[in-house]
Amino acid sequence: MYSRAYKSAVTIPPLLWVTFFLMAPYAILFCYSFWSVSPLQTIVHNWNLQNYAQLFRNPLYLTVLLRSIRIAGAVTLLALLLGYPLAYYLSFHAAKRKDLLYQLVIIPLWASYLVRGYAWKTILGSDGVLNGFLQYLHITHRPVEFFLYSPFAVILTLTHIYTPFTFLPIYASLEHVPRNLVEASHDLGASPFSTFLRVILPLSLPGILAGATFAFVLTLGDFLAPLLVGGPSGIMISNIVVSLFGAAYNWPLGAAISFCMLLLVVTLLFATERLEKRFTIS
Amino acid sequence: MSAASSSASDKRAPSEALLSIRKVEKQFAKRPVLRGISLEVASGEFLTILGESGSGKTTLLRLIAGFEQLDGGEIWMGGERLDEIPAYRRQVNTVFQSYAIFPHLSVFDNVAYGLRAKLVPRNEIPARVTQALAMVKMSEFERSAPSRLSGGQQQRVALARALVNRPRVLLLDEPLSALDANLRRQMQIELKSLQREVGITFIFVTHDQEEAMALSDRIALLRAGRLEQVAEPREIYGCPKTAYAAQFIGQTNLLRAEVREGTASTGAISWPSSGPPGPATFSLRPESIRLASSAQPAASSGATAHFQGQIKNQTFGGAMDLLEIDCGNSYVIRARVPSPGALTGQQKFEFNASDAVRVLESSDT
Repeated sequence: MYSRAYKSAVTIPPLLWVTFFLMAPYAILFCYSFWSVSPLQTIVHNWNLQNYAQLFRNPLYLTVLLRSIRIAGAVTLLALLLGYPLAYYLSFHAAKRKDLLYQLVIIPLWASYLVRGYAWKTILGSDGVLNGFLQYLHITHRPVEFFLYSPFAVILTLTHIYTPFTFLPIYASLEHVPRNLVEASHDLGASPFSTFLRVILPLSLPGILAGATFAFVLTLGDFLAPLLVGGPSGIMISNIVVSLFGAAYNWPLGAAISFCMLLLVVTLLFATERLEKRFTIS
Repeated sequence: MSAASSSASDKRAPSEALLSIRKVEKQFAKRPVLRGISLEVASGEFLTILGESGSGKTTLLRLIAGFEQLDGGEIWMGGERLDEIPAYRRQVNTVFQSYAIFPHLSVFDNVAYGLRAKLVPRNEIPARVTQALAMVKMSEFERSAPSRLSGGQQQRVALARALVNRPRVLLLDEPLSALDANLRRQMQIELKSLQREVGITFIFVTHDQEEAMALSDRIALLRAGRLEQVAEPREIYGCPKTAYAAQFIGQTNLLRAEVREGTASTGAISWPSSGPPGPATFSLRPESIRLASSAQPAASSGATAHFQGQIKNQTFGGAMDLLEIDCGNSYVIRARVPSPGALTGQQKFEFNASDAVRVLESSDT
């Protein structure tokens, strides 16, 4: 149907892009993870598994990884709890306000991540808006310290940032629930609540899965929020990678951690995609 | 059409009515869709709501089901105000035009849905589902996913899913319109015998007048949100109240005539008519017209009318041919006669004067 020249013209550029900017860096990263750093701060190309061994031997890395997973889990849960009702309301009850509300959910996505991060810093800090407000109301008498520079601050910030990402696929899946199925359910004697549990929720599962995957994977790899509002107790695994590639100058160990993360995320994506397919009904 | 609606309620004594629709009004965006619909439906009746698209027939059904709210009037069922109860508490079930089978549930779970929702004892459910599926000849598909079923099979599941709840009224929204012609005819027959078997009141919506005549105990003809006529199929066909009813249900010739001194005349055709004098419209079915056998013209009694005309067109139809007869001045009459062989030129025709039924001109006001 299409000429060979046309086919190559459209397929070769993305192929080159993926090869040079995705596969090649990953391959290099993979190689680095088997090398080591000499005492003279040079990278030695002696192939070994030391970096991977260290990952499991040094409790720091596992602790931070587990914390990252916990934070990602919390953000995912909160984003679902916020995103689902919002998406449900918009899809089923918003009527004329639908477009406006939809835009209101989307607009924050246009604001820079950094701006939103700093905004939370301003809100949560010792001299911040929240503490000022609480003291003004005489609920607290001195600034509450744990608002900022804590896992709590990281969870709050990331929930704010990633809820729209959870909202969007859920909203799309709810919009695809045929309305006559809802009517059929009422017709057969199921109350609105029962209809939600037995028809709407099962049919929106693919959206929930996609949204949860977004929130979890994006949070797991996040390093800016912990950097801005996390403090020492809010450090996440990506911050360790950043420092290993930076000040600590241990690229091989950084590469090993990165590669483990990559494996984790790809496995997760693969699993959720399989699940999504199972729940999607043609 | 107040005349039509009042005659509808005269037909059945109110005590016999299961469902009573009283002066129902419905608007969408201030555009009236139903205008003062009153209709009584008897227990065990097969009533068809017949109308063109946009006549409001589906809206009427959705009001009974509870998917839409009334803007005026009342709906009663068995001494209970139906329109004030939410859809999920009404003892009414619907077979949707698009079937609306739950795609994430098996055929069994689809049929069991209503029973579970109404908290029917768990141990009763399998037997009732099995029985309902047997009734629509779908037993072997109990464990199937709906996506593996054909349209006709989904239709049967939808029917079983509704009937298993033993509703007092079953609403069917053009359930056969998506099926091909053969399957459709077969389903019509099955639907009718199923209705007799279960004895549940069926309210069936369709735009297909043949389907309506084949299935119904009574037909409610809806036109632009008003009831045009409510009657048994034979009556609505034989004695249409209005020109619209005559034309919508079956083919007809509308004769616009002047009645004077017991004779109606269009100019080309005259026949005895006892109605009040003045201009009037008559419906004359094509099959009421016969070829006048030239051998025995004397056979005509006072009740037979004669006319003659030029054969304009003859369509062979197997047993019956359709003739288009030009009675002069392009006044064309259609006749359906037992195939007479090729006809040409001037021919003589006759019909019984009583077959020319006086109808009301369209009252669009």
